[in-house]
Amino acid sequence: MSIFEYNGSAIVAMVGKNCFAIASDRRLGVNLQTVATDFQRIFKIHDKLFVGLSGLGSDAQTLYQRLVFRHKLYQLREERDMKPETFASLVSAILYEKRFGPYFCQPVIAGLGNDDKPFICTMDFIGAKELAKDFVVAGSASESLYGACEALFKPDMEPDELSEVVSQALLASVDRDCLSGWGGHIYIVTPDEVREKILKGRMD
Amino acid sequence: MGDSQYSFSLTTFSPTGKLVQIEHALTAVGSGQTSLGIKDTMLMGFVCVVAANGVVIATEKKLPSILVDESSVQKIQNLTPNIGVVYSSVIISESPVFCCSGMGPDFRVLVRKSRKQTEQYHRLYKEPIPVTQLVRETAAVMQEFTQSGGVRPFGVSLLVAGFDDKGPQLYQVDPSGSYFSWKASAMGKNVSNAKTFLEKRYTDDMELDDAVHTAILTLKEGVLTPAEIDDYLAEVE
Repeated sequence: MSIFEYNGSAIVAMVGKNCFAIASDRRLGVNLQTVATDFQRIFKIHDKLFVGLSGLGSDAQTLYQRLVFRHKLYQLREERDMKPETFASLVSAILYEKRFGPYFCQPVIAGLGNDDKPFICTMDFIGAKELAKDFVVAGSASESLYGACEALFKPDMEPDELSEVVSQALLASVDRDCLSGWGGHIYIVTPDEVREKILKGRMD
Repeated sequence: MGDSQYSFSLTTFSPTGKLVQIEHALTAVGSGQTSLGIKDTMLMGFVCVVAANGVVIATEKKLPSILVDESSVQKIQNLTPNIGVVYSSVIISESPVFCCSGMGPDFRVLVRKSRKQTEQYHRLYKEPIPVTQLVRETAAVMQEFTQSGGVRPFGVSLLVAGFDDKGPQLYQVDPSGSYFSWKASAMGKNVSNAKTFLEKRYTDDMELDDAVHTAILTLKEGVLTPAEIDDYLAEVE
């Protein structure tokens, strides 16, 4: 069994009109045994930039700490927040640094860039970036997430509709995956506000 | 000379609280003295003007002798290219104190280190380094050379001009590692005259063309009469 599926995870980010949504499941397991049902996989870097870390839970937490550290140093040095594109390059560089002893995480990066243009991207555990215009998925439920997102995605959705679509895609997908689920955690990010929701699904 | 007993170590403070070598280095840059019988050919002046939509660097290209191959004389260096325009350049006042070849090499060391810095930044973030960051890194190198053992401070001041998200910018970096941002500045030969001239001519809403003119006029200040300047400008246009 793959180390990426040891704890189980499901992460999805989707682009709307001048906004984006990023969502994850809340389960942390050890193989088939559930250990926690409120595990955080999506983290805020700054008001308009979020990162979701799928894969091994412990590595996700460590990687998050390093990313926050690097971003805070950048903020102090350059007196500005990082652009999502820049942050993606940084994450990629940090992952590739550990090419031969990697973090077992597949990150999803979502943010609003200049002119509040949404940016989403994912990468593999050694930092090969994959950019997308519509949605990106990661985690043990990624295969079913691809299907659900392909079926439900529409271009230029408003925040409310986007929230509904991402929630439905996530909940539908984690039901087809034994290792992720136990509800979801979703952030809808628009230029003016961040909406956070905790979803309940099949809680088993 | 009270300082002399402290000048054995380049990085030891004198009782007056000065680093003597830094002062010497600044003199090397600023005074532009025609030492060692070297004529003013190597004491070039630099003028830099920030306009609304760009930044201009100008220097004379006067050769010591007609026998010098002029294509071999390069006083301005690019650090990073930016789509057809100079993204960020460095100029050094090569006004030499010790000898004419003494300080040019110092400049090249700094250029090499700065270029490496721009590449490192680009490798990490996949975007060109902002001017302020480059200046800070370069200044840090220069500071290091005032504190480390076995080295001497750089005998150069730098003018760093560049363009980024914050628009056109101009910085001066001194051998001590301190740096300042300018709207317009001059360096090397005839600094004080040039700066006075710039103070009179500079306006905030200058366009690039005006800045080019001002830069040329400043370079020629003191050398030409007003009538000659008019002729010169007519020629340029």
